[in-house]
Amino acid sequence: MPQTLFDKIWNSHVVKTIPGGPSVLYIDKHFIHEVTSPQAFNGIGKRGLTVLRPQNTVATADHNVPTINQHLPIKDELSRIQVEQLKENCAKYDIELYGLGHPFQGIVHIIGPELGITQPGMTIVCGDSHTSTHGAFGSIAFGIGTSEVEMVFASQCVMQTKPKLMRINIDGTLNSGVVSKDIILHIISQISASGATGYFVEYAGSAIRQLSMEARMTICNMSIEMGARGGMIAPDETTFDYIKGRQFAPSGEQWDRKFAQWKELYTDQDAVFDLEINIDAVEIQPMITYGTNPGLGIAINGYIPVMDTIPDEGERKNIIKGLQYMGLEAGKQLLGMPVQHIFIGSCTNARIEDLRLVASIVKGKKKNANVQVMIVPGSQQVAAQVQAEGLDKIFEEAGFSIRQAGCSACLGMNEDKIPAGEYCISTSNRNFEGRQGAGARTLLASPLTAAAAAITGVVSDVREMMPQ
Amino acid sequence: MQPINKIHTTFVPMPMENIDTDQIIPARFLKATTRLGFGQNLFRDWRYESDGTPKEGFILNNPQYSGEILVAGKNFGCGSSREHAAWSLLDYGFYVVVSSFFADIFKNNALNNGVIPVQVTENFLQKIFLLGKEERLTISLEDQTITIDKTGESESFDINDYKKTCLLNGYDDIDYLLSMKEEIAEFEKQHVY
Repeated sequence: MPQTLFDKIWNSHVVKTIPGGPSVLYIDKHFIHEVTSPQAFNGIGKRGLTVLRPQNTVATADHNVPTINQHLPIKDELSRIQVEQLKENCAKYDIELYGLGHPFQGIVHIIGPELGITQPGMTIVCGDSHTSTHGAFGSIAFGIGTSEVEMVFASQCVMQTKPKLMRINIDGTLNSGVVSKDIILHIISQISASGATGYFVEYAGSAIRQLSMEARMTICNMSIEMGARGGMIAPDETTFDYIKGRQFAPSGEQWDRKFAQWKELYTDQDAVFDLEINIDAVEIQPMITYGTNPGLGIAINGYIPVMDTIPDEGERKNIIKGLQYMGLEAGKQLLGMPVQHIFIGSCTNARIEDLRLVASIVKGKKKNANVQVMIVPGSQQVAAQVQAEGLDKIFEEAGFSIRQAGCSACLGMNEDKIPAGEYCISTSNRNFEGRQGAGARTLLASPLTAAAAAITGVVSDVREMMPQ
Repeated sequence: MQPINKIHTTFVPMPMENIDTDQIIPARFLKATTRLGFGQNLFRDWRYESDGTPKEGFILNNPQYSGEILVAGKNFGCGSSREHAAWSLLDYGFYVVVSSFFADIFKNNALNNGVIPVQVTENFLQKIFLLGKEERLTISLEDQTITIDKTGESESFDINDYKKTCLLNGYDDIDYLLSMKEEIAEFEKQHVY
């Protein structure tokens, strides 16, 4: 029987399926961080258990670390305690930790791939919903709660009900100025913030095949923003080339063995999905959001919908509530609207290619005097690459504030917050009320669109600033 | 986990859709290293002004509404995987959340903490929203039903047999996984990554 990519990986990881219940799914790789792990460590401690397979877990500190002066003790007491507990727990249970100061430290979903830990065919979990990022390598990767983190510690397994399967095919060639962030914002705007709930999504089609690994990660990263359990892309030459030679990638004979397995990871010709959606790549424009969930997005030169065009009452109320919070009006354009902050960072868009995109727009220019621009590389390695390529000079000359690696203003757990009532064009993944700080107003967009606004100080169409 | 079966109380209606876990418990309150005390920051930014005074008009600040059941619009619990959302609801005193649609991760987190996610039809949900604040709902996990006391109208809800047994008896998944130790070890022998 023809199988989907998801089926192939799922079936090879099921230890047991409980009749009328979930499956016990074996986990190959478990990432942990300081915020969602302490209660799980406490839990196994209380039960007198230990971590069953510590070599299958990797830890980093990212969610609430400061992004300046990381060599100094963390000022915020509660954050410091969480980071210290992570250190103690990792030492106690023999788990590899890339903590502050380590050259591999960074946002958990950025370091996994860049170190070659994330590999095709794996099952990967982390106490963070953006774990879907790792699906870009053709793995089953999804976010879990802290009770499930505890389960992985205790048994290297989680209990999961098999999701329904959706395939989103994107064919054709992308327009100039359109990058992978625009693809995923477009998809979510089409199917809504809950449109993929209950599903695991495979992204396919010629437009996806043409993307780099980093661009594919941006798409899989935001799968959760339409409710999907996760997103995945079948591995191909682009994937294998990316992995080869990385720190923890297989090499020699081991590579040959893995490579033979990885080449089998694709959806068979006649495999059936519960739902298929087809999108023409040329329809996709640079995108921006106007509301308080990631599904409320429009083309950069588009108009906020007027309420008569929204048939569903619940959705209408949603948009009205969102617009009220955002201080925006139905029927209006966002283009030309002043913004006060630009945040370039997060597990969605803080990889080297994202920062190169930003540099391509701001090179030789200065930021607008009315905006503050924070640029937060996703990892120590990305930060080192920024320096190696001289991008830091471009950003400094533009007047950007270059920070150290962490989740930063994506969720505002550390000091990096957007003040109440002010607008921020953000390359992150969520525009929920208060996400970037109480009262902060977030407009999600691509690194190119963020870069354009950094220079002009207003919502801008990057296509007008690109070399012809 | 505490065993749970029947809940029979008044309810707190929150007829908004897409209530995300950042609203249920904002990120800045995730710095604790225990599971306790999150209830005081449940819906923090909807519930309190920045200086800590309760916001008039927010339902949790209205003493006329009470009960162990939260009733919310569709796609409840979307966004971040933070289990703190389930902990804060439980700590506040909600043992049941009723909605027409739940986000996947939240649903798992709720079940893992003894909070029952009761998924009803949109039609039934709207009927609940029209009820007065003194009306009661009855949720029976054993029978998998939710009933409006006043009218006797009832709907059944889905929950898998395994999870139902866990909730009724207060078992958790770790108990189960530990009982599978040998099968997991066998699996590992043939599974290479």
